[in-house]
Amino acid sequence: MRQESALRSLASYYATMMRTQLMMQFQYRASTYMYTLGMVAEPTIYLVVWSSIARSHGGSVDGLTPHAFAAYYIVWTLVRTMNIVFTPYGWEERIREGHFSSNLLRPLHPIHSDLAMFAGQKLVWVLMYLPIAIGLSLVFHPALHPGAVQIVVFFFAIWGAYLIRSMNMWVLGMVSIWTTRAAAVFETYVLAELLLSGRLVPLTLMPQWSQTLAAWLPFKWTFYFPIEVLVGHMSNLALLRGLGLQVVWIAIGTAAMQGAWRLSLKHYTAVGN
Amino acid sequence: MRTVKLAFLYLRLGVMNEMQYRANFFIAVFQSLLAVAVGLIVLSLVYSHTSTLDGWTESELLVIVGVQILLGGVIRSTIQPNMQQLVEEVGNGKLDFLLTKPEDAQTLVSLRRVEIWEAVDVVSGSVIVIIGALRVSHGIGVGHVFAFLGLLGLGALLLYCFWMILATGSFWVINLGYLAELFEGVYQTGRWPIGVYPGWLRYSMTYLVPIGFAVTVPAQALTNRLHLATVGVALVFAVALAAFTRWFWRVGLRRYSGASA
Repeated sequence: MRQESALRSLASYYATMMRTQLMMQFQYRASTYMYTLGMVAEPTIYLVVWSSIARSHGGSVDGLTPHAFAAYYIVWTLVRTMNIVFTPYGWEERIREGHFSSNLLRPLHPIHSDLAMFAGQKLVWVLMYLPIAIGLSLVFHPALHPGAVQIVVFFFAIWGAYLIRSMNMWVLGMVSIWTTRAAAVFETYVLAELLLSGRLVPLTLMPQWSQTLAAWLPFKWTFYFPIEVLVGHMSNLALLRGLGLQVVWIAIGTAAMQGAWRLSLKHYTAVGN
Repeated sequence: MRTVKLAFLYLRLGVMNEMQYRANFFIAVFQSLLAVAVGLIVLSLVYSHTSTLDGWTESELLVIVGVQILLGGVIRSTIQPNMQQLVEEVGNGKLDFLLTKPEDAQTLVSLRRVEIWEAVDVVSGSVIVIIGALRVSHGIGVGHVFAFLGLLGLGALLLYCFWMILATGSFWVINLGYLAELFEGVYQTGRWPIGVYPGWLRYSMTYLVPIGFAVTVPAQALTNRLHLATVGVALVFAVALAAFTRWFWRVGLRRYSGASA
């Protein structure tokens, strides 16, 4: 009985937090758009470069046409939007300025406020990306024909990606409890992500060693898998298997986060107020 | 003359300030090496699938990557910190203090901050440029090197003007929180020869966001593909943009009415 009401209050906490964030993000539309435009540059560059290579090689690179690249990178941005989480940059500030102490006073595990906050922002960001996605589609003509099953699986896969990346970033972020230079750790993570997640190019274009390594690491479940769900032609079994592996990585990430959390709490001494 | 003296004074202040945080130097080196690694990996990935990109070979494109990293270091160490502080101070009214000083306000807002550790990218970018240029080497003389250096300076001026115009926008739009993210994102386009981009994007990257001029044109000088006409256009464009920036700044300043006092 008590457990049920705890769960209900957690749910209402998430709902309130998400609603607040939604309204806040809507107020600062200009700055949200600026962020989105800056973000769209990365996939657009990749798209232009690889399309140009494909065209100069008789229309395709390893079987991928400019239209296939367009589909990949337009969905890429949607997935990237979902992948924005509380980063070690934020952690650095949180620890340096002493904000973390007040977070600790709350009765809830502080990860809930981060998860709920960014989840709320997603709704606005995705909504604001849609006109850009339509614009990009008109210019680059993506080959994108997902079925109903793909769309449903995609919906779950992007939230799976969100949770996996959130947990990884939390573990990395807690490094800043020991050193205030977690940004360097984060940039190393991004390098690994570029090579092993499909963030740079569809994984099939990467050298064999990178593909082999990627199969054993969490990175590709935050980029390549959700994108391929919508773009590729995966069988229903493969879709289901992918979602299952995402759950496995969420579980591993959550366990790692909890372990790091216990260690950090012992080490943390307050700075600031 | 006074401006030069002022610039040196602020540079000295900046150096003294950052010398207190020497560990930051090693972090900056590490981050710079990571950025170089990403650049080289992407380059080798692209050229494992093709031998030329828009007519540029791998060594030639190395020069572009180097110039982009080098200018990125210039931006992050001198231009961006100043512009971000300007945006912040327009927002919270602290710009009042600067405006009371007996010196040209645009000079002051553009010079007062220097973050020397960020300039590590200038070194690593130069190394890449030199490696790339040595691998291209055929027919490159002293004249090309001087043209390169001159155009590089012009490129830095163009990027300053662009940032200054964006930052001046804060007199009208208060919340420009993600300006740096926007610039960083758009600046990444400079890593590729401007010719790869489709027409509309190419034009906007040349004249709207002058990244094409800033990065590709100096690289053209070092890879022996520069036309005299391009130099002329770049010069005229730089003068025009600098004049526009000055005018826009004045208009913005007239709108500013102080938020604190």
